[in-house]
Amino acid sequence: MPGYAKTAAVIALWLAGGAGKASAQVKLGAVLSVTGPASFLGDPEKKTLETYVDEINAKGGVNGQKLQLVVYDDGADANAARTFATRLVEEDKVVAMVGGTTTGATLAMIPVFEEAQIPLISLAGAIQIIEPVRKWVFKTPHTDKMACEKIFADLKQRNLTTVALISGTDAFGKSMRDQCVAVAPQAGITIAHEESYGPRDSDMTPQLTNIKGKPAVQAVINPGFGQGPAIVTRNYRQLGIALPLYQSHGVASKQFIDLAGPAADGVRLPAAALLVAEKLPDNDPQKPVVVAYTRTYQQKTGQPVSTFGGHAYDGLMIFVEAAKRAGSFDKAKVRDEIEKTKNFIGTGGIVNMSPRDHLGLDLSAFRVLEIKGGDWTLVQ
Amino acid sequence: MPEFLQFAFSGLTVGAVYALVALGFTLIYNASDVINFAQGEFVMLGGMTTVFLGLAGVPLPLAAVLAIVVTVAVGLALHRFAIEPARASGAVVLIIITIGASIFLRGVAQVVFDKRFHSLPSFIGGDAIRVGGAAILPQSLVVLAGAVVIVVLLWAFIERTLTGKAMIATAANEVAARLVGIDTRAIVALSFAISAAIGAVAGILITPITLTSYDVGSLLALKGFAAAMLGGIGSAVGAVIGGLLLGLFEAFAAGYVSSQYKDAVAFLIILIVLFATPRGLFGRAPIERV
Repeated sequence: MPGYAKTAAVIALWLAGGAGKASAQVKLGAVLSVTGPASFLGDPEKKTLETYVDEINAKGGVNGQKLQLVVYDDGADANAARTFATRLVEEDKVVAMVGGTTTGATLAMIPVFEEAQIPLISLAGAIQIIEPVRKWVFKTPHTDKMACEKIFADLKQRNLTTVALISGTDAFGKSMRDQCVAVAPQAGITIAHEESYGPRDSDMTPQLTNIKGKPAVQAVINPGFGQGPAIVTRNYRQLGIALPLYQSHGVASKQFIDLAGPAADGVRLPAAALLVAEKLPDNDPQKPVVVAYTRTYQQKTGQPVSTFGGHAYDGLMIFVEAAKRAGSFDKAKVRDEIEKTKNFIGTGGIVNMSPRDHLGLDLSAFRVLEIKGGDWTLVQ
Repeated sequence: MPEFLQFAFSGLTVGAVYALVALGFTLIYNASDVINFAQGEFVMLGGMTTVFLGLAGVPLPLAAVLAIVVTVAVGLALHRFAIEPARASGAVVLIIITIGASIFLRGVAQVVFDKRFHSLPSFIGGDAIRVGGAAILPQSLVVLAGAVVIVVLLWAFIERTLTGKAMIATAANEVAARLVGIDTRAIVALSFAISAAIGAVAGILITPITLTSYDVGSLLALKGFAAAMLGGIGSAVGAVIGGLLLGLFEAFAAGYVSSQYKDAVAFLIILIVLFATPRGLFGRAPIERV
């Protein structure tokens, strides 16, 4: 029997080797949460990558070679993500990786790619992915720290300095709450009161009643995503609270407006330019990019764009541009070129990376939006 | 005092939701000693089917009726294809089957519907009613009224109709019930149909408040089950009282103690109640059924 096994292994190796040589394609890996609780992130990411890899190949590929996208679905399970990461490195022999979708999955995969010395461009939010800086790890989405800073900057402009937080107890809500609390002193903002709610709670009036009872509070910030912020917004109006309400970039989708209904009027939130593509002034450098992405995505999928798919677009294009500049798919050269990305205009903002900054976005990447009459408006 | 009143309103709103879900557990439990953990999925199906039929252009009242019909069909199918074939295996195995069915239904809903959250418009106006400095949504009153109507209908069905009596008999002793000429299989199937209908009604009534998505069922079922245990599983009145109490515990815990620990406080109180009265507040001792 061992003899058979050996023969089979040899044949398998030979076949695998042969297959590798036969195709002049370069493999790009992507571990995404296409199903499961983070599917609303992973699904548009996958569709975006597929759409644009096809488009790039139709135009002749990169450096004369066609890209082959290898997508695995981790179902938002970090353990599964790590297994797929190993498979991408050892079996698929990818030259780079765009993903994971969630912070948990990304952090689980980082050691695999660091060890294999393959560039990884993450699509997840948390700042821990790029702080401290890791040689092979980059990311495209804004961090929640930036969202807090943007909200605080807008508050200062309105001469409001004392706020209350009502945060979801899910990972996103908790992480953003921690970042807001951490940066509040530097921004000159006092957090006078804090409340929280479970991600599946259906009524937040007790928490909001407590906030309403604090006379010092001038504005309320709600870090969270999913249906929680929609219910907070409805309850906020139900109680007739007149203070400004800020939501996070976590609810920056049309769905939030649909769910919160008329209660969403007057709510402000930081979000990427992509959401207001058509409303940007014509001289905005991001306008052509976000308008083109919006059209392509909607035409291809028939669904409205989300910032999440935009992050995948940015990740893919940063990789493609770096590979073009490197003139090859040599992993170390591509990595160096990704790090040298300057003035890359993506859907998330204008990216200027450096050896100390593997995200490359500043606060100008976020726009403050206000919901008026069921639609976004830009706050100048 | 407005705070106290607002907490109470919040508790009643959430409690009415739990009560409606808890009611669905009572009937199947009464007929077959099975706790149907797919009850939450009936609630989800009621809400989601209404939303999607509404999106397809069906007028909402008709969509709601169709959603109830669809959910009843799913309930009957669950009984016919999952519960009935394993009927000889005893209650514990059947309970595990319902957990499997719940995961299955959630998966199917994810594909048939979508993975987003959806809402329905409020039945009678969206503006809050203000009482003594506190505010309550009219839809909360609709949910409460719905719970009361279902309790009365259930009570009338079980206590005043022969079929209802047959259901109690089936629960007490299936073999004996069959010996006196009761079609126990049909009775258990009927209990699944009615529970599915109750779940669907619950889902339609609560969606304007809680919103809905393919996976709302699991947490609602958990809270509804806790409410049913608190009230005494199998008792319709107990389910409503248990649901309202659980909602009030949570609201007052969130308001007066800490929103971080509201679930912990609520479940702690349930544990204390169950230590004192292990069958729940309105639970019947098994001796009554013999």
